[in-house]
Amino acid sequence: MLLRHTNKEIKPRKALTVNPAKTCQPIGAMYASLGIHNCLPHSHGSQGCCAYHRSALTRHFREPVMAATSSFTEGSSVFGGQANLVQAINTIFTTYEPDIIAVHTTCLSETIGDDVNQIAIKAVKDGKVPEGKHVIHASTPSYVGSHVTGFSNMTKAMAMYFSKSTGTPNGKFNIIPGYVEPSDMAEIKRLVKGMGITPILFPDTSNVLNGPMTGKYNMYPDGGVTAEELTATGDSIGTIALGATASADAARALDTRWKVPCQVQDLPIGLGATDRFIDALRKAAGVSVPDSITGERGQLLDIITDMHQYFYGKKVALAGDPDHLIPLVEFLLSIDMMPVHIVTGTPGKNFEKRIREMTDHLPYPVNVKAGGDLFQLHQWIKNEPVDLLMANTYGKYMAKDDDIPFVRMGFPILDRVGHSYFPTVCYKGGIRLLEKILDALLDRLDRDAPEESFELVL
Amino acid sequence: METISVLEDRKNQIYRKGQDSFDISCEKKSLAGAVSQRACVFCGSRVVLYPIADALHLIHGPIGCASYTWDIRGALSSGPELHRMSFSTDLSETDIVFGGEKKLEKALFELIEEYEPKAAFVYCTCIVGIIGDDVEAVCKKVAAKVGIPVLPVHSEGFKGTKKDGYKAACDALFKLIELNRKPEKQIPLSINILGEFNIGGETWIIKEYYRRMGIEVVAVMTGDGRVAEVQSAHRACLNVVQCSGSLTYLAKDMEKAYGIPYIRVSYFGIEDTSDALYDVAAFFEDTPKIMERTKTLVQEEVKTILPELSALKKDLTGKRAAIYVGGAFKAFSLIKALKHLGMAVVLVGSQTGNKDDYALLREMCDPGTVILDDANPLELAKYVMEKDAHLFIGGVKERPIAYKLGIGFCDHNHERKIPLVGFEGMENFAREVHETVTSPVWDLVPRKAFNRAISKKG
Repeated sequence: MLLRHTNKEIKPRKALTVNPAKTCQPIGAMYASLGIHNCLPHSHGSQGCCAYHRSALTRHFREPVMAATSSFTEGSSVFGGQANLVQAINTIFTTYEPDIIAVHTTCLSETIGDDVNQIAIKAVKDGKVPEGKHVIHASTPSYVGSHVTGFSNMTKAMAMYFSKSTGTPNGKFNIIPGYVEPSDMAEIKRLVKGMGITPILFPDTSNVLNGPMTGKYNMYPDGGVTAEELTATGDSIGTIALGATASADAARALDTRWKVPCQVQDLPIGLGATDRFIDALRKAAGVSVPDSITGERGQLLDIITDMHQYFYGKKVALAGDPDHLIPLVEFLLSIDMMPVHIVTGTPGKNFEKRIREMTDHLPYPVNVKAGGDLFQLHQWIKNEPVDLLMANTYGKYMAKDDDIPFVRMGFPILDRVGHSYFPTVCYKGGIRLLEKILDALLDRLDRDAPEESFELVL
Repeated sequence: METISVLEDRKNQIYRKGQDSFDISCEKKSLAGAVSQRACVFCGSRVVLYPIADALHLIHGPIGCASYTWDIRGALSSGPELHRMSFSTDLSETDIVFGGEKKLEKALFELIEEYEPKAAFVYCTCIVGIIGDDVEAVCKKVAAKVGIPVLPVHSEGFKGTKKDGYKAACDALFKLIELNRKPEKQIPLSINILGEFNIGGETWIIKEYYRRMGIEVVAVMTGDGRVAEVQSAHRACLNVVQCSGSLTYLAKDMEKAYGIPYIRVSYFGIEDTSDALYDVAAFFEDTPKIMERTKTLVQEEVKTILPELSALKKDLTGKRAAIYVGGAFKAFSLIKALKHLGMAVVLVGSQTGNKDDYALLREMCDPGTVILDDANPLELAKYVMEKDAHLFIGGVKERPIAYKLGIGFCDHNHERKIPLVGFEGMENFAREVHETVTSPVWDLVPRKAFNRAISKKG
């Protein structure tokens, strides 16, 4: 009974968050920055922020995570962090030799009013930024939004800093994958290429945070979107942002600045959302869907029909990021499951609206909350038990306490591997997701079956 | 990775025994822009106080600081588990503008009513120091109403290093003791255990030794800690302090205030554990029975583990180890323990060591050993490769670096899952080292090529 402190009685809570379903902006910015080739993320704040973010990302990806910090002192918090940042830029370029430094702020540097843009300009003027190297930056105050907001802000910053328009379209397509696993980014790229489209995917952490073991330590792994690719985003024929929370801002900024037409789609999780993504690609690039992709779709559909009898009427509790949960709820509904409790830690009205649109017509009540926490989710579960829980690793407390089949999904996953190597997006990812859900449900069925009805064939 | 330059400003923080004149520079803030492995003040306070299981731990700040420290350190409790919940005031933008005092007050009242903790700790994060919340006043007000100690922990991240966080935690613990200071009788033949956090159940092992010696343990600070025990700490005869940095401040304060002397010990390795127990027994020399029992205990325990240690030693003799840990005191013990296993230490470093610590390290190490203060990953990787180590002992951020280099790893930090203290801890440690160093997986690594590259360089 790890969570013996969760009581059934739900009282309004205004002043506090218990067992959060989110974390702060800077870690999202750091994760996005790692998706740029030869880039060192830089945390403009106290040393602890950087250490915590690196540790959290390391635990999730099980890969070395590099980032530098301005190492604020009491002095810098009184007189401003300009001297620290200028020194840091100098140190980083001379010692760690990245091509790009991606600076994000913290609650501390935001509140004391450091103007990172001005400091970056000063660093260039003072000759601290070598020819051909770049310092980009995003404002990521920890007291606004969540880790997803930070990811969005840094993604927008990289597009705005690098993108240029030569006036000649390059025939490429910008794809913004959002706060997903490196494996998901690779899968989205594979599918887009399979459609005969050349993508510029940014940020791209594939081959950065799921790289191979080589016996060598590379500070800058092979993957990541390059500066040249980011520059070319202004000449692309279009942008598809996957997920309104993590990706829309960057796509809209490219539209406004360079008239690169953008559309915001749901993350391609499940059949319907992937169909819409493929269809959007088809229309925007004027290509047809190859048989290979139609075949993958058919396989996903095949598993759904093969196993649908086990999904029917199963109640599900969900916690995660808004961009993941919206298509996931749609997917679960389409296979006859019942998402009854849905929580995201990230604040924002659109999330609840989208979920309500999908669930209002259902004959059972659905609890949904943006800016909620896992304590609230657990209370809901205690009042209305579920057959399946899908959440990040922190869901395991609830799963253990209330003996609920559990599928790990989202960030962070601190106790299992595989998530950074196998996708959950697109048709292939849908197959994996179903496999995980089925495994959890059927393992439970087997475990609880009395001997006389313990079946070999399911 | 053929050449890695060392930061010019950091040259004095690196020492090679037998090559450089010894004047290591330490106890200074990390250079801005360095990829430091260090954390912040809050981190120091949080790890020290967190194991007190029947206290409320409320983190006053934006959500990140609470999220990153939610149950990541396996400090076990034999009873209540309130410490494993994550409580945060989750400050938002309006709170930053108008102040967070009201929110804090409300949160404290709500939580104390709900969970009836025996005391409450309020951790101040960076932002609280900047917006100027009078946390002291709020705590006083709440304490007066609810009748339990409500203590501010002044752990604003930018106000120093992790060490300053230890001090802030010690201040809070001292206040907690002071609040209960009645002229109570000293408990005969009793000690407090300081700087022991019950990772993997280590506190229980040590307490059992003292029980067998006939010594009463009044309070453990803070492993498997309880408020009432901490508040009786002033009744003990002796403070036994483990872990170099963290609780020496409290021992000094208690010596001044209550005349309780303290000794510094370590429970890692056979020599240090025996020394620790003998030192405590010697303190109670007026009761010679204690020394007799201690001698029997040590003999029995050593006899139990020696056969296995000798067997493991056969495989480990001549293997080389690199150590990078938080406190230097731990490094001393590890060097001794590794020598016991026939291994050579080729690199040793710490995040928070002082001049005396490094002088002692130098004496303990063989010629050629690299000694580092506040190292960055590039330096660690460089020397590990150069010295061709077989084993890396460190924390969460070092693990994937060791694995990328294709060498064994042993977590000697928060994330260890098995107890490493005492005699049985030494046996566990030896097994763990043996398992990883002799694992066949390293034969799969493209290691020979890597070794050739090294020998070319040398």
